[in-house]
Formats: sequence, C-alpha cells, structure tokens
Amino acid sequence: MTAVPSPAPLRLADHPFFQGMTGDLPQRLAPLAVEKSYALGDMLIREGDVADRFVLLFEGKVALEIVLPDRPRVTIQTVGGGEVLGWSWLLPPPQWWLDARAVKRTRCLELPAAPLRALLDSRPEYGYQFLLRLLPVVAQRLDHTRFQLMDLHGR
Amino acid sequence: MSGPIAAGTRHELDRADFPRLLTALRGAGYRVVGPTVRDRAIVYGEIREESDLPIGWTDRQEAGQYRLERRADAALFGYNVGPHSWKKYLFPSRERLWTAVRKDGSFEVTPESVDPTPLAFLGVRACELAAMEISDRVFGKAGDPSYAQRRRRVLRIAVQCGQAGKTCFCTSMGTGPAVRTGHDLSLTEVIQPQRHFFVVEVGSDAGARILTGLPLRDAPDDDVRAATALVDGAAASMGRTMDPQGLRDLFVNNPEHPRWEIVARRCLACTNCTMACPTCFCQTTEEVPDLSGESAERWRRWDSCFNSGFSAVHGTSVRQTTNSRYRQWLTHKLGTWHDQFGESGCVGCGRCITWCPVGIDLTEEAAAFRVLPSPVKAAPAAGGKA
Amino acid sequence: MVARSMPSAVPEPPGASPWVPVPFRVEQRAAETSDTITLVLSPPKGVPATPFAPGQFNMLYVFGVGEAAISVAGDPAHPETLIHTVRSAGKVSSALSQASPGTTVGVRGPYGTGWPVAAARGKDVVLVAGGLGLPPLRPVLYELLRHRELYGRIEVIYGARTPKDLVYYNQIQEWRGRSDLRFQTTVDAAGREWYGDVGLVTARVPDIRIDPANTVAFLCGPEIMMKFTAQALEAKGMTDASIYVSLERNMKCAIGVCGHCQLGPEFVCRNGPVFLYKDVRRYLSVREL
Repeated sequence: MTAVPSPAPLRLADHPFFQGMTGDLPQRLAPLAVEKSYALGDMLIREGDVADRFVLLFEGKVALEIVLPDRPRVTIQTVGGGEVLGWSWLLPPPQWWLDARAVKRTRCLELPAAPLRALLDSRPEYGYQFLLRLLPVVAQRLDHTRFQLMDLHGR
Repeated sequence: MSGPIAAGTRHELDRADFPRLLTALRGAGYRVVGPTVRDRAIVYGEIREESDLPIGWTDRQEAGQYRLERRADAALFGYNVGPHSWKKYLFPSRERLWTAVRKDGSFEVTPESVDPTPLAFLGVRACELAAMEISDRVFGKAGDPSYAQRRRRVLRIAVQCGQAGKTCFCTSMGTGPAVRTGHDLSLTEVIQPQRHFFVVEVGSDAGARILTGLPLRDAPDDDVRAATALVDGAAASMGRTMDPQGLRDLFVNNPEHPRWEIVARRCLACTNCTMACPTCFCQTTEEVPDLSGESAERWRRWDSCFNSGFSAVHGTSVRQTTNSRYRQWLTHKLGTWHDQFGESGCVGCGRCITWCPVGIDLTEEAAAFRVLPSPVKAAPAAGGKA
Repeated sequence: MVARSMPSAVPEPPGASPWVPVPFRVEQRAAETSDTITLVLSPPKGVPATPFAPGQFNMLYVFGVGEAAISVAGDPAHPETLIHTVRSAGKVSSALSQASPGTTVGVRGPYGTGWPVAAARGKDVVLVAGGLGLPPLRPVLYELLRHRELYGRIEVIYGARTPKDLVYYNQIQEWRGRSDLRFQTTVDAAGREWYGDVGLVTARVPDIRIDPANTVAFLCGPEIMMKFTAQALEAKGMTDASIYVSLERNMKCAIGVCGHCQLGPEFVCRNGPVFLYKDVRRYLSVREL
C-alpha cells in the first residue's frame, strides 16, 4: 500500500451503495471508514485470510480471482468504482474464498468488520437497510456465475 | 344444342358424354390428373380414361378413420377429399431446384425447368380451390419460380360437392361447398332415377375452349335447381363446424393455455396432418453431391414443423417438446397465418382430422381453447410486418 | 348467369431463380480466433456488387456441402469487398472456415432487414455485442464513423468468452484509441494477462453516458444476453421503442417459404433479423416459441 498523494479524501456518503439510504447509518459508519489506495498488482484480499472488512470502491478496478492448484488462476469478475466487495465477514466462518487484486490503481474506503457488524446488530433497521443493498450485489454475482456456466458463447 | 360457350355461361352434359370431355382435354394437350382408387383410398393420379375415376365409390371419414365404400349409384365424383391434395402437383414432395458443376475453379448452376406439359386438374373441390388461392399467395410472396411455372399450366375443372363428409367444415371457413371462383370449369353431378348428367358452369376462356365441340345442351331451370339443391344439401350437412371469429387473437394470446399440454399428450408428432394439409408449405433444402465431387444438386422436399430438427439453431431445437410443436402448427394455421397473409390458413377440408392416427380434431381443439383459464389480455392489432 | 371466375393471384415467375447462388472468389481468409475466421470475397467478373444494409445476411454456399446464413460484416460503402466472419459451428461453417484464397464460395442475398442507422441521427448510439454479435454490428460502426458529426455519443460494449475469443482485435485497439467513441470490452473469464473488465455486458451498461430519452440501441448476441441488456438499458431510462435486436433462427431458404425461421408471426429471414424490441419482446418471453 502506497501513501495517497493529495486528492480530496473519499466520503462514505458519496458512494452509490449508500445513495438514498434514509436514517443515520452512513453518518455513524463514516468515522469507522479507513481510506486505502492500491497500486496495480496489489492484493486487497487473499483467499483463506480472515474476512475482516467491507470494501467500498471509489476509483479503479479489482479482479476477483480463483486459484486452483492445477491450473492457471482465472479472473471470474472485475469490479470498479461505485461497486463494493467483501461480505464473507457476515457469514460463518468469516473467511475470504477469492483473491482480489487491483488491475488499476484503486482507491477505496474500508469498513472494519467487527465494529460494522456491531453497529448493524445494534438496530434492526440498520441491519435490514444494509442487507437490502447488499443482496442485489450478491444476486449480480450469481447471475454472472450462472451465465458463465451456460457458456453462451461456447458451442 | 346449347347456346354460346363463354366464361359465365352454363350448360348441361350427359353422363354418357363424359368421356368426350377427357378426349377434348387430351386433344388440347393436357395431362389429366384426378381422383382414382389406389391403396384403398381415393388419391390423385393419372386419368387416362373414364374407368380410372372412382366410379361408384364413396369415402367414409371420421377422426382418425378413412374407409372406402361402394355407393348404391354410379357417381363419378361421389366422395369428398382423400389424403392427397393438389399441392402434390404444384409443390411436389421432392423437387430438384438446380444442378451445379465445377468449372475452372468455380461452379456453374443450371436451374431446373419445369415440365411444360399443361395439367388439367379434374375434380377440384371448392375447399381445394380456396387452398390453391392461399398457396398462390404464400409462394407468390416468396417469389418461388417453380410453383409459379407449374401453376400457370393448370386448368382447374372443379366439382361441386353433393354431400358433406363427417370431417368437412368448409361452410365454417367460407370456402364451400359451392364453387364461386378460381375454376375454369365447374361440374355438378346430378343423378336421378332415369337420368345422370352434369350441370357445367364455365369459369374462364380456357374452360370455354375445352367445351367447344362437346355435345352440350342448355341446362333447364329444373336441372339447375336440382344441382343447387344438392350443393345446398351438402352445405346443410357438414360433419363439423368451427367458428373462425377471433381465432387469431385466441391463439396468439394464449401460448400457455393448459389445453396445449392436453392435446400434446395425444399427438405423436407423426406429421400426417402437415403432409395431408393442402396449405402447409414448410420445406427444407438438401445439397446432394455426386460421388466424384464434380457436380452437386440442390433439392427441396416437404418438411414439417413437427420434425425434431425443424427449429434447430446451433444444433439445438428451439421447440423440443411435442407441446411446442403442436402449438406452432395450430397457432400458425389458425392464428399467425392472418398476420402473414391476411387470412386463415385453414380451408375446412378436414384432412388433418381424418388422417391423424389418434384423431385429434382441430375444430374440437379450437372450441376447447375458447374456454379460457383466466382473463384474456387485450389483443394487440393483428398486423405484424407481413 | 353464374359467377364469373376471378383471375387468381397467380404469381409471375420472377427473372432469376432466387435459389441460385452466385460464385464469389475468396480473396483472403484471416484467422480471428481459434475457431473464427474472416473471409473477404469478390463478385465474379462483370457482375456488379450488390449493395447491402448493415444487419443483412447472405446465404453462403460451399459446393457439395450446403448453405449457411451469415451476416455481412464489412463496410456498406464497399460492397464489392464482401466480408463475412464465420465461426466453425456446423458442417457448412466448418467448410467455409477452410475456404482458401482463390477458391469459390456461393453467395445468395443479401436478405432481411437492416439496422435503422438513419433513426440514430442526432441521437446517442449504443451498440452492444455478445460473442459473434460484433460482426453484424461492425457495418453500423463504419456508417456512424463515416458521418460522425450526424450522431451524438457512441458507446460500444463488446463481450466475449475469454480475451482469446475477441474478434477484430487490432481494429478494436484502433477504436479504443479514438476520442469520438467509447469502446468497452469485457470477457466472461480471463487469466492474469487481462487488465480489462471481467463480467457480463450488462455490468457495463450503468457506466455508459447517454441521454436515455434521445438514444437508440442496437443489440446483437445470444438472445438471453440481449434480453438482459435491454432490461439494463430500460433501467437507465430507455424504452423498448428505441432498442433494436438481431434475432437468429434456423434458415434454409431465406425467402420466406420454408417456414423454419418463424418466430410467432415473424419470418426472421424476411421481417428480420433486425427487429424493434418492442415488437418482438412478447415472443421472446414465451418458452419454446
């Protein structure tokens, strides 16, 4: 991770994930957010590590990769600015099952999992709003996986 | 003797003089094809002499049933329709389109020319005339050359039905039994205790020419009335009915109607209905190379939407189930044909009902589909880009 | 007096038989991917080139093997250079893929409806291609770029299976280098060498910058891809009255008489392959139609 040269600091409430969210969850989360910058080739997430944060991407592009021992690594999806990644901290066991590597210089805000989870647990409406926004992201991943399975461009 | 013979006039020909009509046709260079008994059915074949006709035979038809029976009289045309339709002559079941030979690294194509011998169709029913008009539109729109060439060489000698079969429903479709248009000649066979004659109506100049020199007489009013009564009697005794009102929207709007599954369980996808139907036009092309690879032929042959590879794209059929194929056939015949050609594809001849081995009856199906499981959506205007 | 027979609608035999292919010469064959090639064909001497509209297709014929419907992929301003991109999927396309320069390929056509490029004037244009959906759209891009000032923003999205399956690779780099259009590529899966997007074409749609009330979209690819892309465009504010799709069905005759290509009331060879999405979406939502 390199030091961030001086563009304006990222603001949680600006991220599309929180757009239109009512209530004060974004304000309560903002102090928890840590701004990070990744250079081309840096790993954000490693398969097998403890899943310990929720990442809100603002700029750049991250490749989600599957590593198998007997074949070259495969990028199964890329996500970019305005998107999010990392929800395995919500599900036991809290462990990453993919690698995430920056394929472009990437700036993001990271919310550490423990305090995020505590805040979501503290009020039902916090948890519900968060999950309601996370679900379409997971659904989109599922759609993408299904289409890959269908191999539409194959024979 | 008779008055002048011209398009629009009416005459009478004695049954005994009927062979003179055949002679006149052959003398004018026509190859005559018409009804003949073969393989226990009345099919269309060569008519060289009067005895080739199904004299004294009739057909008994029902859903999935066809039998020939002897009549009490010696009618020449005392039957309805058999498994063949006239499409076998206009759109043969197998036809070579062209031959190509390799030449100087390229190839040269010689289109097939159609036999120039004019054909006389003897014994065309009103429903069959209507079917021919429909096929004229289908093949005409596509610019099909061999259909057009064959069609121009046909003389149509129609016969009005004096009886209706159990699977007939031409009155429902507005196509018969009276012959109104499309004929060169129209005959109505009248058999009375002491007399057997034909009332002959001339439909065209070509028809008039054939009659020249035949021993015709004027048709007295009583005889004309007797002929009309026979046709009216046929109209009043149709074996089936089908209300054509609203069928286009009914089928187009109900692709998930539960009835499809019910009829699909019976249907064998045997393609009999499409083979027998006079308006079905689906066909496929085949490349037929010779063993040396120096020449190749392009053929076309009848195909059917019930065949498994019919809708195959990238090796997989779009319509895999019998349900979807039966739906395609019926929705097209009674529904989307309207969008494509501005009319129904069905003429009410009943062949599909008779020749279905399990007796599926589209008149019964149409009635069943009208019982809707849920409210019908508003029908869009009939009129896709045809 | 009895009813006089009306003259029937007996069709006039047309001039040349519509079944006969014209022998074109293969000028060039270039590999695009491991299973896709591009053929450059020229008409026989003395035969003028037949103009085509972007989106139309020809029936390409291999002597002794048969015919296949293949979209025209070249520049409509140069019909004398007839370009087709063919993927080996069946008997005929595999034979076409082996046609060497100097040999002959038969051509019948062009057939079908084309993309309504004129309807895009003064508007933003979105082209979305999936897999072999790019060749039928390339003629559109040639037209748009030839008269660039007539159109608003041009957004192209092209998705393929893997980076190795991208066709027109070098040309894509040229297009990506232009500032007067945006050309996004995405793949279903990739290895380490790919720094571009991995994901469905639909994932690229939210990013495109268009005025949805003043845009036309042309979509070409697997049917399900087109349906989901249309959905994504509608989510952006477009309507199905300005989205066009190119459909594919089994084709034998290409003249609307064999019956194989029917989708509901439409003959895809004659009323299509390009359709306004609004007109066909109801048919695309019926199983096994």
